[in-house]
Amino acid sequence: MIYLDNSATTRPDPSVLHSFQQVSEHFFANPSSIHPFGGEAEKLLQRSKEQAAELLQVQPDEMIFTAGGTEGNNLAVKGIALEHRNRGSHIITTEVEHPSVHEAFHGLERLGFTVTYLPVDAQGVVSTDDVQDAITDDTILISVMHVNNEIGSVQPVKQIGEVAKQYPKLFFHVDNVQGVGKVPLDLAESGIDLCTISGHKLHGLKGTGLLYVKNGTTLFPLFHGGGQEKSFRSGTENVAGAVSLVKALRLTIERREVGIRHMSQLQAQLRDKLYTMEDVLVNTPEQKAAPHIMNISIPGLKPEVLIHMLGEKGIYVSTKSACSSKREDESKILAACGYGRDRSTSALRVSFSYDTTEDEINTFFQELKEAIGRFKAVME
Amino acid sequence: MEYDHILIRYGEMALKGKNRKSFILQLQNNLKQQLEDFPHAVVKRTQGRMFVLLNGHDSEAIIHKCKQVFGIHSLSPAIQVSNDEDEIKAAALWALQHERDVRTFKVTVKRIDKNFPIRSQQMNQILGAHLLSSTSGFSVDVHEPDMELKVEIRKEATYITSRIIPGLGGLPVGTSGKTLLLLSGGIDSPVAGFLTMKRGVEIEAVHFHSPPFTSERAKQKVLDLAEKLTHYGNTIKVHIVPFTDVQQHIHREMPEKYAMTIMRRMMMRISEQICKRESILSMSTGESLGQVASQTMESMNTINEVTNYPVLRPLVAMDKDDIVKISKTIATFDISIRPYEDCCTIFVPKSPKTRPSREKVNEIEDQADFSELLRKAVDHTDVVTLTGKTGTEDVFHDLF
Repeated sequence: MIYLDNSATTRPDPSVLHSFQQVSEHFFANPSSIHPFGGEAEKLLQRSKEQAAELLQVQPDEMIFTAGGTEGNNLAVKGIALEHRNRGSHIITTEVEHPSVHEAFHGLERLGFTVTYLPVDAQGVVSTDDVQDAITDDTILISVMHVNNEIGSVQPVKQIGEVAKQYPKLFFHVDNVQGVGKVPLDLAESGIDLCTISGHKLHGLKGTGLLYVKNGTTLFPLFHGGGQEKSFRSGTENVAGAVSLVKALRLTIERREVGIRHMSQLQAQLRDKLYTMEDVLVNTPEQKAAPHIMNISIPGLKPEVLIHMLGEKGIYVSTKSACSSKREDESKILAACGYGRDRSTSALRVSFSYDTTEDEINTFFQELKEAIGRFKAVME
Repeated sequence: MEYDHILIRYGEMALKGKNRKSFILQLQNNLKQQLEDFPHAVVKRTQGRMFVLLNGHDSEAIIHKCKQVFGIHSLSPAIQVSNDEDEIKAAALWALQHERDVRTFKVTVKRIDKNFPIRSQQMNQILGAHLLSSTSGFSVDVHEPDMELKVEIRKEATYITSRIIPGLGGLPVGTSGKTLLLLSGGIDSPVAGFLTMKRGVEIEAVHFHSPPFTSERAKQKVLDLAEKLTHYGNTIKVHIVPFTDVQQHIHREMPEKYAMTIMRRMMMRISEQICKRESILSMSTGESLGQVASQTMESMNTINEVTNYPVLRPLVAMDKDDIVKISKTIATFDISIRPYEDCCTIFVPKSPKTRPSREKVNEIEDQADFSELLRKAVDHTDVVTLTGKTGTEDVFHDLF
């Protein structure tokens, strides 16, 4: 198997699974229970926060464990908007966000919020000036993803954070689901108030996630209940999930420097190869892109067909992002970059992990070339 | 750009006559200890001021630590740049934008180095205009600004400080001797400990543990509370007194309505023994007046009879709301409200005597012999030393 769909999800690391199992077996108590066993679980949860905070260089009580990226994004966006609606009703995001942000903004629009969806350039990058121009006295939230999940463009979140700092009443949320381990981001220094992280994109488990909530920031919860996680996220804590996520995060951050260099090399090699094929258009920008994504279009060719042809050879890639692949038609992201239907309906995404090898990339390229050839022969 | 040092101001201490020197040395020591985890940070002293040189460490993390040190009146993060107009401008702009919740500001330039070509007043205007034109959302307020940007142009360099962060005040821990804090696990006693420390007093703690009526988690709760207090001072020794036998004896032999008063007298007796053993000259409690029915003048008088050691009661004049407020700022509140029974709540009589008299209580106590039980309790006291470093024993380590 050649697995090149790491932006959709990753293979859980065996040691992460091991931790999950250990905690589930030996520390299954409810952290809110007052017996000593509950106390152990509570301590373990607290330790998870301390470890996570150390890795992200923030404070332990700024760590809110969630069930993943979609929940983190929803909690951040709706939580800020609903909690602070008396401060203003204008919220800002971009046209290239993940559906869990995009649709949350849509939902808030229905509740009466005014939304500015900022455009992006051909590289899929939003302009800091546009962000600044969009801010009004009524603005309470800016939400911008760090790394785009389809084409890998990196948004200037640090610069946007600098802008946001000048407006004390607004909050700045960053969806960093695709960025962790791929493009370093200093949370405490970037003017970021909230930041979403997902476990299963870093060789952790589905159903685990983390939302950084800067101290002093309050949220309207999505789930009301027993008041867990500072009352921002009620529900019995998933201690095993939290521990496994923190372990995955540590392993990722430890390998980050070498991993990024490795993936950048693979990306450059693949890019050079793809440039030699006249049927292929490369959508991932050369500059300002994350190292783990390569998005291409093959106009005139239905990407599903290619995915199936490659799938038969045991090579797994995806169209658009897996989260929106069930919907027909074009990639919103590529459309936002200004590409025509030809290009936006024929995109393939290849995404690497630290463990992807040069051989795998070469095999993929050979098979892609062959598949396109076969397809064209059939069509002629 | 980054803040590269932090200016520390000490208030009250500067007035302390002959002790001044030793107070300042103690503060410097305490600060150094507090910043142990930041290997490159350097604490330096000059006339009337102290600096922490960050040498690359994060300023916020160090400010957070400094805010836990008694004896500091206020502090300000600062940047050092060379005496160059453009550099000063850039640093001032950075300092303004770096702060949150600032809408109005004022610039105060002090030109100590008269070789610098621009006069203070003129430099004020240049910087103010530069800041206004490079940002939006800020305005100048010379009377009550959210932030005063101070620019000191000296011979060797220019120093820019922005916000003034209030410190904890008080005196450096270690300048006023040591006390034994009776730590119950409630909201009050940790606050009492904190306030005693504020006057420069080092603390040890004593806790009365009555297994199986009180659980390991109740004990852990007290250790967690003491751990929080270590953040404001030094290592804290917690004396855990096995109290079950004494309590059962009271329960069996003494009339129920006097049980509470007698229990507290026993605690005082044991605490005094520990003080003697450890050369501690006073005790501190979280007692107040009138908060609960047992906290009456009569009660205090009767309980206090058994010791002639000074008993410090820093909360005696405080309202409950204010106590809760402090417990929240020192992060003991959330621990204190954990729902475990402590030794005071387990044998609570239905109708305790709220106005006991010394004579009556002495008469009752004489009917039973406690001396052997008290001696055993003192002898079997366990000592746990808290250093403020969490995670000494580590069963969890492999999981991460």
